[in-house]
Amino acid sequence: MRVTLTVNAEPATADDVWEGESLLYVLRERLALPGSKNACEQGECGSCTVLLDDVPVCACLVAAGQAQGREIVTVEGLADTDGALHPVQQAFIDAGAVQCGFCTPGLIMQTHDFLRRTDGVPADADIRERLAGNLCRCTGYEKILDAVRLAAGRMANQ
Amino acid sequence: MDFLQPHSLAEALTLKAAHLAAMPISGGTDIMVEINFDARRPEALLDLNQVTELTRWAPDGDLIRIGAAVPYVRVIGELGGALPGLAMAARTVGSPQIRNRGTIGGNLGAASPAGDCHPVLLACGAIIEATSVRGTRQIPAAEFYIGPKRNALAADELITAVLIRPATGGQQFAKVGTRNAMVIAVCAFALDLRADGSVGTGIGSAGPTPLRATEAEEFLTAELAGRSTAALPEPLARRFGELVAAAARPIDDVRGTAAYRRHALSVLARRTLAWTWNAKGDKKCA
Repeated sequence: MRVTLTVNAEPATADDVWEGESLLYVLRERLALPGSKNACEQGECGSCTVLLDDVPVCACLVAAGQAQGREIVTVEGLADTDGALHPVQQAFIDAGAVQCGFCTPGLIMQTHDFLRRTDGVPADADIRERLAGNLCRCTGYEKILDAVRLAAGRMANQ
Repeated sequence: MDFLQPHSLAEALTLKAAHLAAMPISGGTDIMVEINFDARRPEALLDLNQVTELTRWAPDGDLIRIGAAVPYVRVIGELGGALPGLAMAARTVGSPQIRNRGTIGGNLGAASPAGDCHPVLLACGAIIEATSVRGTRQIPAAEFYIGPKRNALAADELITAVLIRPATGGQQFAKVGTRNAMVIAVCAFALDLRADGSVGTGIGSAGPTPLRATEAEEFLTAELAGRSTAALPEPLARRFGELVAAAARPIDDVRGTAAYRRHALSVLARRTLAWTWNAKGDKKCA
Protein backbone atom coordinates (compact mmCIF):
# COMPACT_ATOMS: atom_id res chain seq x y z
CA MET A 1 0.00 0.00 0.00
CA ARG A 2 0.97 3.64 -0.30
CA VAL A 3 1.41 5.78 2.80
CA THR A 4 1.55 9.56 2.54
CA LEU A 5 2.52 11.56 5.58
CA THR A 6 4.37 14.67 6.64
CA VAL A 7 7.87 14.08 7.98
CA ASN A 8 9.87 16.96 9.45
CA ALA A 9 7.47 19.44 7.82
CA GLU A 10 7.95 17.94 4.34
CA PRO A 11 5.38 15.82 2.51
CA ALA A 12 6.57 12.23 2.10
CA THR A 13 5.28 9.18 0.26
CA ALA A 14 6.23 5.55 0.78
CA ASP A 15 5.18 2.93 -1.76
CA ASP A 16 4.91 -0.86 -1.54
CA VAL A 17 4.49 -0.66 2.20
CA TRP A 18 3.58 -4.00 3.79
CA GLU A 19 0.47 -3.61 5.94
CA GLY A 20 2.15 -5.07 9.02
CA GLU A 21 5.18 -2.82 8.71
CA SER A 22 6.03 -0.28 11.42
CA LEU A 23 6.39 3.47 11.05
CA LEU A 24 10.01 2.95 12.10
CA TYR A 25 10.66 0.71 9.09
CA VAL A 26 9.02 3.24 6.77
CA LEU A 27 11.19 6.04 8.14
CA ARG A 28 14.46 4.13 8.06
CA GLU A 29 14.16 1.89 5.04
CA ARG A 30 11.78 3.73 2.71
CA LEU A 31 12.30 7.41 3.50
CA ALA A 32 16.08 7.30 4.10
CA LEU A 33 15.80 8.69 7.63
CA PRO A 34 17.97 6.38 9.76
CA GLY A 35 18.15 8.76 12.75
CA SER A 36 15.44 6.88 14.63
CA LYS A 37 17.13 3.68 15.77
CA ASN A 38 15.85 0.14 15.56
CA ALA A 39 16.80 -1.83 18.65
CA CYS A 40 14.21 -3.80 20.59
CA GLU A 41 11.14 -3.55 18.31
CA GLN A 42 8.92 -3.98 21.36
CA GLY A 43 8.69 -0.53 22.88
CA GLU A 44 11.13 -1.31 25.68
CA CYS A 45 14.12 0.81 24.72
CA GLY A 46 12.76 4.10 23.35
CA SER A 47 15.52 4.45 20.75
CA CYS A 48 12.92 4.88 17.98
CA THR A 49 11.04 7.71 19.73
CA VAL A 50 9.49 10.19 17.29
CA LEU A 51 6.68 12.72 17.55
CA LEU A 52 3.40 11.55 16.03
CA ASP A 53 1.06 14.53 15.77
CA ASP A 54 3.31 16.15 18.40
CA VAL A 55 3.14 13.23 20.86
CA PRO A 56 6.25 11.12 21.59
CA VAL A 57 5.72 7.49 20.63
CA CYS A 58 7.80 4.42 19.83
CA ALA A 59 7.81 4.38 16.03
CA CYS A 60 8.30 0.60 16.11
CA LEU A 61 4.81 0.21 17.63
CA VAL A 62 2.95 2.43 15.15
CA ALA A 63 1.64 0.51 12.15
CA ALA A 64 2.70 2.24 8.95
CA GLY A 65 -0.89 2.77 7.87
CA GLN A 66 -1.70 4.49 11.15
CA ALA A 67 0.69 7.27 10.13
CA GLN A 68 -1.31 7.97 6.96
CA GLY A 69 -1.96 11.72 6.73
CA ARG A 70 -0.26 12.46 10.03
CA GLU A 71 2.70 14.59 11.05
CA ILE A 72 5.96 13.00 12.17
CA VAL A 73 9.01 14.70 13.60
CA THR A 74 12.20 12.65 13.83
CA VAL A 75 15.57 13.58 15.30
CA GLU A 76 16.57 14.73 11.81
CA GLY A 77 13.93 17.44 12.06
CA LEU A 78 15.04 18.93 15.35
CA ALA A 79 17.96 21.13 14.30
CA ASP A 80 17.30 24.51 12.68
CA THR A 81 17.21 24.56 8.91
CA ASP A 82 20.50 26.54 9.02
CA GLY A 83 22.09 23.57 10.76
CA ALA A 84 22.21 25.00 14.30
CA LEU A 85 21.62 22.17 16.73
CA HIS A 86 18.60 22.13 19.01
CA PRO A 87 19.57 23.09 22.59
CA VAL A 88 18.89 19.51 23.73
CA GLN A 89 21.23 18.13 21.05
CA GLN A 90 23.95 20.65 21.96
CA ALA A 91 23.58 19.87 25.66
CA PHE A 92 24.00 16.11 25.05
CA ILE A 93 27.28 16.85 23.24
CA ASP A 94 28.53 19.36 25.81
CA ALA A 95 27.68 17.14 28.78
CA GLY A 96 29.32 14.05 27.26
CA ALA A 97 25.98 12.24 27.28
CA VAL A 98 26.74 10.43 24.01
CA GLN A 99 28.90 7.33 23.96
CA CYS A 100 27.96 4.75 21.34
CA GLY A 101 25.11 7.05 20.37
CA PHE A 102 22.52 4.43 19.62
CA CYS A 103 20.06 5.55 22.30
CA THR A 104 20.76 9.23 21.72
CA PRO A 105 18.11 10.08 19.09
CA GLY A 106 15.34 8.61 21.22
CA LEU A 107 16.58 10.27 24.37
CA ILE A 108 16.85 13.60 22.58
CA MET A 109 13.30 13.38 21.22
CA GLN A 110 11.91 12.41 24.61
CA THR A 111 13.94 15.09 26.41
CA HIS A 112 12.83 17.69 23.86
CA ASP A 113 9.19 16.84 24.49
CA PHE A 114 9.74 16.84 28.26
CA LEU A 115 11.51 20.21 28.43
CA ARG A 116 9.07 22.05 26.21
CA ARG A 117 6.36 21.10 28.72
CA THR A 118 8.49 21.99 31.77
CA ASP A 119 9.32 25.35 33.35
CA GLY A 120 12.89 25.70 34.58
CA VAL A 121 15.15 22.82 35.51
CA PRO A 122 13.15 19.71 36.44
CA ALA A 123 13.83 17.66 39.56
CA ASP A 124 15.94 14.52 39.13
CA ALA A 125 13.01 12.30 40.03
CA ASP A 126 10.95 13.87 37.23
CA ILE A 127 13.77 13.47 34.70
CA ARG A 128 14.19 9.81 35.63
CA GLU A 129 10.47 9.24 35.41
CA ARG A 130 10.13 10.91 32.02
CA LEU A 131 13.11 9.05 30.57
CA ALA A 132 12.13 5.70 32.11
CA GLY A 133 11.27 4.29 28.68
CA ASN A 134 14.68 5.09 27.13
CA LEU A 135 17.48 2.62 27.78
CA CYS A 136 21.19 3.46 27.55
CA ARG A 137 23.76 0.72 28.04
CA CYS A 138 26.87 2.92 27.95
CA THR A 139 26.64 6.01 30.07
CA GLY A 140 25.11 4.83 33.33
CA TYR A 141 22.71 7.76 32.81
CA GLU A 142 24.60 10.29 34.95
CA LYS A 143 25.80 12.28 31.94
CA ILE A 144 22.35 12.06 30.42
CA LEU A 145 20.86 13.61 33.57
CA ASP A 146 23.58 16.29 33.34
CA ALA A 147 22.60 16.95 29.72
CA VAL A 148 18.91 17.30 30.55
CA ARG A 149 19.66 19.75 33.37
CA LEU A 150 22.08 21.68 31.14
CA ALA A 151 19.55 21.93 28.32
CA ALA A 152 16.78 22.92 30.70
CA GLY A 153 18.92 25.67 32.21
CA ARG A 154 19.92 27.04 28.82
CA MET A 155 16.37 26.93 27.48
CA ALA A 156 15.06 28.68 30.62
CA ASN A 157 17.54 31.52 30.02
CA GLN A 158 16.70 31.96 26.34
CA MET B 1 -2.59 -8.64 5.17
CA ASP B 2 -5.27 -6.00 4.68
CA PHE B 3 -5.19 -2.62 6.38
CA LEU B 4 -8.70 -1.41 7.15
CA GLN B 5 -9.04 2.20 8.23
CA PRO B 6 -12.59 3.20 9.19
CA HIS B 7 -13.36 6.85 9.92
CA SER B 8 -16.40 6.29 12.12
CA LEU B 9 -17.63 3.72 14.62
CA ALA B 10 -20.42 2.64 12.28
CA GLU B 11 -17.88 1.99 9.54
CA ALA B 12 -15.60 0.13 11.97
CA LEU B 13 -18.44 -2.18 13.05
CA THR B 14 -19.42 -2.90 9.45
CA LEU B 15 -15.81 -3.73 8.59
CA LYS B 16 -15.44 -5.96 11.66
CA ALA B 17 -18.60 -7.86 10.72
CA ALA B 18 -17.27 -8.35 7.20
CA HIS B 19 -13.74 -9.28 8.35
CA LEU B 20 -14.21 -11.34 11.49
CA ALA B 21 -10.50 -12.21 11.67
CA ALA B 22 -9.42 -8.56 11.48
CA MET B 23 -7.34 -7.56 14.50
CA PRO B 24 -8.37 -4.21 15.97
CA ILE B 25 -5.37 -1.96 16.58
CA SER B 26 -5.30 1.32 18.45
CA GLY B 27 -2.09 2.14 20.34
CA GLY B 28 -0.37 -0.90 18.84
CA THR B 29 1.70 -1.45 21.98
CA ASP B 30 0.76 -5.14 22.14
CA ILE B 31 -0.21 -5.97 18.55
CA MET B 32 2.83 -4.45 16.88
CA VAL B 33 5.19 -6.30 19.22
CA GLU B 34 3.61 -9.57 18.11
CA ILE B 35 3.79 -8.59 14.44
CA ASN B 36 7.39 -7.34 14.75
CA PHE B 37 8.39 -10.65 16.30
CA ASP B 38 6.44 -12.72 13.81
CA ALA B 39 4.29 -14.12 16.61
CA ARG B 40 1.07 -13.03 14.92
CA ARG B 41 0.04 -12.54 11.32
CA PRO B 42 -3.56 -11.29 11.35
CA GLU B 43 -5.43 -11.45 8.06
CA ALA B 44 -6.17 -7.77 8.48
CA LEU B 45 -5.52 -4.87 10.82
CA LEU B 46 -8.53 -2.76 11.74
CA ASP B 47 -7.05 0.62 12.64
CA LEU B 48 -9.17 2.51 15.16
CA ASN B 49 -7.05 5.68 15.29
CA GLN B 50 -9.49 7.59 13.08
CA VAL B 51 -12.59 6.53 15.02
CA THR B 52 -12.92 9.61 17.19
CA GLU B 53 -16.00 8.30 19.03
CA LEU B 54 -13.68 5.92 20.88
CA THR B 55 -11.34 8.63 22.15
CA ARG B 56 -13.84 10.47 24.37
CA TRP B 57 -14.92 10.07 27.97
CA ALA B 58 -17.95 11.62 29.64
CA PRO B 59 -20.27 11.15 32.62
CA ASP B 60 -23.05 8.67 31.80
CA GLY B 61 -25.72 8.78 34.53
CA ASP B 62 -24.03 7.73 37.76
CA LEU B 63 -21.09 6.28 35.85
CA ILE B 64 -18.20 7.54 33.78
CA ARG B 65 -18.04 6.17 30.25
CA ILE B 66 -14.48 5.94 28.96
CA GLY B 67 -14.04 5.33 25.25
CA ALA B 68 -11.98 2.24 24.53
CA ALA B 69 -9.26 4.24 22.74
CA VAL B 70 -8.65 6.85 25.45
CA PRO B 71 -4.89 6.50 26.07
CA TYR B 72 -3.47 5.92 29.56
CA VAL B 73 -1.87 9.36 29.60
CA ARG B 74 -5.35 10.91 29.53
CA VAL B 75 -6.72 8.52 32.16
CA ILE B 76 -3.92 9.74 34.43
CA GLY B 77 -4.30 13.42 33.54
CA GLU B 78 -8.07 13.73 33.29
CA LEU B 79 -9.62 11.00 35.44
CA GLY B 80 -7.35 10.80 38.49
CA GLY B 81 -9.87 12.70 40.61
CA ALA B 82 -12.94 10.58 39.90
CA LEU B 83 -11.17 7.26 39.32
CA PRO B 84 -7.99 7.29 41.42
CA GLY B 85 -7.54 3.51 41.33
CA LEU B 86 -7.68 3.34 37.56
CA ALA B 87 -5.35 6.33 37.25
CA MET B 88 -2.84 4.67 39.60
CA ALA B 89 -2.89 1.50 37.53
CA ALA B 90 -2.53 3.48 34.28
CA ARG B 91 0.41 5.26 35.84
CA THR B 92 2.29 1.94 36.17
CA VAL B 93 1.87 0.93 32.51
CA GLY B 94 5.07 0.78 30.44
CA SER B 95 6.80 4.11 29.92
CA PRO B 96 5.69 7.63 28.94
CA GLN B 97 5.83 6.67 25.25
CA ILE B 98 3.73 3.56 25.88
CA ARG B 99 1.19 5.48 28.00
CA ASN B 100 0.84 8.01 25.18
CA ARG B 101 -0.43 5.24 22.90
CA GLY B 102 -1.74 2.34 24.98
CA THR B 103 -5.44 2.20 25.86
CA ILE B 104 -7.79 0.49 28.30
CA GLY B 105 -9.57 -1.06 25.34
CA GLY B 106 -6.29 -2.64 24.26
CA ASN B 107 -5.67 -3.97 27.76
CA LEU B 108 -9.13 -5.59 27.66
CA GLY B 109 -8.70 -6.89 24.13
CA ALA B 110 -5.42 -8.58 25.02
CA ALA B 111 -7.00 -9.87 28.27
CA SER B 112 -3.60 -10.81 29.66
CA PRO B 113 -3.83 -11.97 33.27
CA ALA B 114 -1.06 -9.42 33.91
CA GLY B 115 -2.84 -6.42 32.32
CA ASP B 116 -2.54 -3.50 34.72
CA CYS B 117 -6.12 -2.18 34.43
CA HIS B 118 -7.90 -5.44 35.15
CA PRO B 119 -7.57 -5.57 38.95
CA VAL B 120 -9.05 -2.07 39.20
CA LEU B 121 -11.86 -2.82 36.75
CA LEU B 122 -12.76 -5.90 38.81
CA ALA B 123 -12.50 -4.07 42.15
CA CYS B 124 -14.71 -1.22 40.91
CA GLY B 125 -17.28 -3.51 39.29
CA ALA B 126 -16.69 -1.88 35.90
CA ILE B 127 -18.80 -2.76 32.89
CA ILE B 128 -17.28 -3.42 29.48
CA GLU B 129 -19.33 -2.20 26.55
CA ALA B 130 -19.08 -4.45 23.48
CA THR B 131 -20.63 -3.29 20.23
CA SER B 132 -21.31 -4.93 16.90
CA VAL B 133 -23.63 -4.33 13.97
CA ARG B 134 -26.10 -6.45 15.97
CA GLY B 135 -26.16 -3.97 18.83
CA THR B 136 -24.50 -3.13 22.12
CA ARG B 137 -24.16 -5.28 25.21
CA GLN B 138 -22.73 -4.58 28.62
CA ILE B 139 -20.46 -7.21 30.15
CA PRO B 140 -19.51 -7.01 33.85
CA ALA B 141 -15.73 -7.11 34.24
CA ALA B 142 -16.10 -10.24 36.41
CA GLU B 143 -17.60 -12.05 33.39
CA PHE B 144 -15.29 -10.58 30.76
CA TYR B 145 -12.09 -12.54 31.44
CA ILE B 146 -12.70 -16.15 30.50
CA GLY B 147 -9.18 -17.57 30.22
CA PRO B 148 -5.53 -16.67 29.70
CA LYS B 149 -5.59 -13.94 27.02
CA ARG B 150 -9.22 -14.80 26.27
CA ASN B 151 -12.22 -12.55 26.75
CA ALA B 152 -15.97 -12.74 26.27
CA LEU B 153 -16.06 -10.79 23.00
CA ALA B 154 -17.81 -12.27 19.98
CA ALA B 155 -15.91 -12.28 16.70
CA ASP B 156 -17.88 -9.36 15.27
CA GLU B 157 -17.69 -7.22 18.40
CA LEU B 158 -15.44 -4.31 19.26
CA ILE B 159 -14.77 -3.04 22.77
CA THR B 160 -16.24 0.44 22.60
CA ALA B 161 -16.12 1.69 26.19
CA VAL B 162 -15.70 0.97 29.87
CA LEU B 163 -18.29 2.20 32.37
CA ILE B 164 -17.11 2.82 35.93
CA ARG B 165 -18.68 4.37 38.99
CA PRO B 166 -16.61 7.28 40.34
CA ALA B 167 -14.86 6.46 43.61
CA THR B 168 -17.05 7.00 46.64
CA GLY B 169 -14.41 6.11 49.23
CA GLY B 170 -10.77 5.19 48.99
CA GLN B 171 -9.07 3.31 46.17
CA GLN B 172 -5.59 1.88 45.79
CA PHE B 173 -3.57 -0.08 43.28
CA ALA B 174 -0.21 -1.71 43.91
CA LYS B 175 2.02 -3.79 41.68
CA VAL B 176 5.18 -5.81 42.21
CA GLY B 177 7.85 -5.71 39.53
CA THR B 178 11.58 -5.47 39.04
CA ARG B 179 11.56 -1.80 38.01
CA ASN B 180 9.21 1.15 38.30
CA ALA B 181 8.83 1.27 34.51
CA MET B 182 8.48 -1.13 31.60
CA VAL B 183 7.46 -3.94 33.85
CA ILE B 184 4.99 -6.77 33.46
CA ALA B 185 3.45 -7.29 36.88
CA VAL B 186 4.73 -10.16 39.01
CA CYS B 187 1.47 -9.62 40.81
CA ALA B 188 -0.87 -6.69 41.36
CA PHE B 189 -3.76 -5.80 43.64
CA ALA B 190 -6.54 -3.22 43.57
CA LEU B 191 -8.85 -2.20 46.38
CA ASP B 192 -12.06 -0.13 46.34
CA LEU B 193 -13.53 0.86 49.73
CA ARG B 194 -16.96 2.36 49.04
CA ALA B 195 -19.03 4.88 50.97
CA ASP B 196 -21.87 2.34 51.31
CA GLY B 197 -19.53 0.07 53.27
CA SER B 198 -18.97 -2.48 50.52
CA VAL B 199 -15.53 -3.54 49.35
CA GLY B 200 -14.16 -4.45 45.93
CA THR B 201 -10.93 -6.29 45.15
CA GLY B 202 -8.97 -7.31 42.08
CA ILE B 203 -5.92 -9.56 41.72
CA GLY B 204 -3.63 -9.37 38.71
CA SER B 205 -0.94 -11.67 37.33
CA ALA B 206 -1.64 -14.43 39.85
CA GLY B 207 -4.07 -16.71 38.05
CA PRO B 208 -5.22 -17.73 34.58
CA THR B 209 -7.37 -14.59 34.52
CA PRO B 210 -7.58 -11.47 36.67
CA LEU B 211 -9.50 -12.50 39.79
CA ARG B 212 -11.68 -11.06 42.54
CA ALA B 213 -11.07 -12.13 46.13
CA THR B 214 -14.71 -12.46 47.10
CA GLU B 215 -14.15 -14.02 50.52
CA ALA B 216 -11.73 -11.25 51.37
CA GLU B 217 -14.34 -8.70 50.23
CA GLU B 218 -17.04 -10.25 52.43
CA PHE B 219 -14.71 -10.46 55.42
CA LEU B 220 -13.65 -6.85 55.13
CA THR B 221 -17.17 -5.56 54.51
CA ALA B 222 -18.34 -7.24 57.72
CA GLU B 223 -15.31 -6.11 59.72
CA LEU B 224 -15.46 -2.47 58.63
CA ALA B 225 -19.19 -2.07 59.35
CA GLY B 226 -19.71 0.56 62.01
CA ARG B 227 -15.97 0.96 62.64
CA SER B 228 -14.54 4.38 63.53
CA THR B 229 -11.76 5.87 61.43
CA ALA B 230 -9.12 4.81 63.95
CA ALA B 231 -6.25 2.71 62.57
CA LEU B 232 -7.27 -0.86 61.81
CA PRO B 233 -6.01 -3.61 64.12
CA GLU B 234 -3.09 -5.55 62.70
CA PRO B 235 -4.78 -8.99 62.88
CA LEU B 236 -7.67 -7.71 60.75
CA ALA B 237 -5.35 -6.44 58.00
CA ARG B 238 -3.33 -9.63 58.19
CA ARG B 239 -6.42 -11.81 57.82
CA PHE B 240 -7.54 -9.73 54.86
CA GLY B 241 -4.15 -10.32 53.25
CA GLU B 242 -4.39 -14.06 53.86
CA LEU B 243 -7.82 -14.21 52.24
CA VAL B 244 -6.58 -12.29 49.21
CA ALA B 245 -3.60 -14.63 48.89
CA ALA B 246 -5.92 -17.62 49.18
CA ALA B 247 -8.06 -16.33 46.31
CA ALA B 248 -5.09 -16.22 43.93
CA ARG B 249 -4.36 -19.14 41.60
CA PRO B 250 -0.77 -18.38 40.65
CA ILE B 251 1.77 -20.46 38.77
CA ASP B 252 5.57 -20.54 38.77
CA ASP B 253 6.93 -18.70 35.75
CA VAL B 254 9.87 -16.55 34.65
CA ARG B 255 8.60 -13.54 36.60
CA GLY B 256 8.11 -15.27 39.95
CA THR B 257 7.06 -18.36 41.80
CA ALA B 258 3.51 -19.11 42.87
CA ALA B 259 4.59 -19.02 46.52
CA TYR B 260 6.20 -15.61 46.11
CA ARG B 261 3.13 -14.25 44.35
CA ARG B 262 0.83 -15.43 47.13
CA HIS B 263 3.08 -13.92 49.77
CA ALA B 264 3.45 -10.63 47.87
CA LEU B 265 -0.31 -10.39 47.36
CA SER B 266 -0.95 -10.75 51.08
CA VAL B 267 1.49 -7.90 51.67
CA LEU B 268 -0.02 -5.72 48.93
CA ALA B 269 -3.52 -6.35 50.27
CA ARG B 270 -2.51 -5.42 53.79
CA ARG B 271 -0.66 -2.29 52.67
CA THR B 272 -3.32 -1.03 50.28
CA LEU B 273 -5.91 -1.52 53.01
CA ALA B 274 -3.87 0.56 55.44
CA TRP B 275 -3.18 3.29 52.85
CA THR B 276 -6.82 3.47 51.85
CA TRP B 277 -8.19 3.36 55.38
CA ASN B 278 -5.74 5.91 56.73
CA ALA B 279 -6.47 8.29 53.85
CA LYS B 280 -10.23 7.88 54.20
CA GLY B 281 -12.09 10.68 52.49
CA ASP B 282 -9.01 11.76 50.55
CA LYS B 283 -9.62 10.88 46.89
CA LYS B 284 -6.45 12.39 45.52
CA CYS B 285 -4.49 10.34 43.01
CA ALA B 286 -1.07 9.20 44.17
